[in-house]
Amino acid sequence: MTLIEVKNLKKSYGSIHAVRGISFSVERGEVVGFLGPNGAGKSTTMKLIAGHLRADHGAAIVAGFDISAHPIEAKTHLGYSPEGAPAYGEMTVREFLRFAADLRNLPNPSERVKKTLELCRLNEVAHQTVDTLSKGYRMRLGFAQAVIHDPEVLILDEPTDGLDPNQKFEVRRILKEMASRKAVIVSTHILEEIDELCTRVIVIAHGEVRCDESKEKFLQRGTDLNEVFRKLTA
Amino acid sequence: MSSESSPSTPSAPSAVWAIFNREFAGYFRTPLAYVFLSVFNAFAISLAFFVGNIYEAGVANLDRFFLYHPWLWAFLAPAAGARLWAEERRQGTIELLLTWPISVWQVAVGKFLAAWLFLATALFITLPIAFTIGYLGDPDVGVIVSGYLGSLLCAGACLGIASIASALTRNQVIAFVTGFLACFLLVLIGYGVFDEFIGGLFSRNIIEEVRRLGLWRNLEPFTLGLVDLRPVAYFLTLSFGGLGLSTIIIERR
Repeated sequence: MTLIEVKNLKKSYGSIHAVRGISFSVERGEVVGFLGPNGAGKSTTMKLIAGHLRADHGAAIVAGFDISAHPIEAKTHLGYSPEGAPAYGEMTVREFLRFAADLRNLPNPSERVKKTLELCRLNEVAHQTVDTLSKGYRMRLGFAQAVIHDPEVLILDEPTDGLDPNQKFEVRRILKEMASRKAVIVSTHILEEIDELCTRVIVIAHGEVRCDESKEKFLQRGTDLNEVFRKLTA
Repeated sequence: MSSESSPSTPSAPSAVWAIFNREFAGYFRTPLAYVFLSVFNAFAISLAFFVGNIYEAGVANLDRFFLYHPWLWAFLAPAAGARLWAEERRQGTIELLLTWPISVWQVAVGKFLAAWLFLATALFITLPIAFTIGYLGDPDVGVIVSGYLGSLLCAGACLGIASIASALTRNQVIAFVTGFLACFLLVLIGYGVFDEFIGGLFSRNIIEEVRRLGLWRNLEPFTLGLVDLRPVAYFLTLSFGGLGLSTIIIERR
């Protein structure tokens, strides 16, 4: 079942063409790794799918709903964690998740918050304010607000950025646990993460899709992934 | 986690309520709220007593107390309203609000009402001055009530302007200064300080019309016990106009 469908998306900022006609679709059970150099258009594409930015051209369809024509319905089925996992600094972890649950109008919000705290291993910091969290917990909180409603579509912008190896392992573990029931897009700089996490790879450079293939096929392109990456994004 | 409860589309009032709650509580999470409330109270009372000579006037009304409210709101409404959108942009949380299944107007309304209630709290704390006047003389309670109503509407108008300023920038200081200057201008035109400056350029009628747009000009009837349609419409237009415009600015990102 196709849960994400992106058709010829384009977005410019003034004279800069950030996204120049990107198309792809993601099925349930797929974890797509977004690869590409900084400024390649990965984040912009994710923001367009998540409805944070409006596309100049093209469409993004999330769980059957066009994000610009039916934003509320589409966003109901979507979990999105922006780059850097922003959250309200003065709220405690529990309050922040409760706020997310309330805004999503989830049935039984306190139960949801409890389950999400457990799933993302945030229980021990539940009463801490967001400002006092270490980077690892902070990233997990960003992830937690994105999965609190158990969405079908999950879009994560660099969820393991700046984490130590143990923390990365944690995030990957949680993601793998739930991936089979969802369509997931994860952007990353870490090429090794592809093998660990993804079922498919999309390489983006200069606002275009340079390569869209299964993980296995991608890994066969060469033994030195850095070299493969350089060639594809040149 | 299982998917036994599929996500439901949020209802409009519950989202506004959740935003309102978070925002209003947010004011009191930092010491800034208490500083704000103290400053407002100190200035409101001392301006009335030391500049307005409310005590020496020997008249049991609050004219001289409300006289300075446009100045106070012009300064303090932008101070309270600067964070409305600028802080969301700075923290990056605007990305969450815009990708959660709620509409921008729900966020804007929740935020605006919370900020307005916060300003109302500041106003509420000045009530002892009304009781003092009541103890010293025999004031018309209706006039005092309408004065407070006018001041509250005036606060909403300044907040409307402040929310536009806040929607335009991620910097709270810039949001505050811009909002303050715009409100300050609305205070000044009512006093006719521009008369000489623009007197040669425009006819007397136009100048008079411009002066009608001043904050004090519209607050004054309230302090005399008059709740007229025109000033009410003026304040509400600024409030909801500012609210609407800031919503559009955020939507057209």
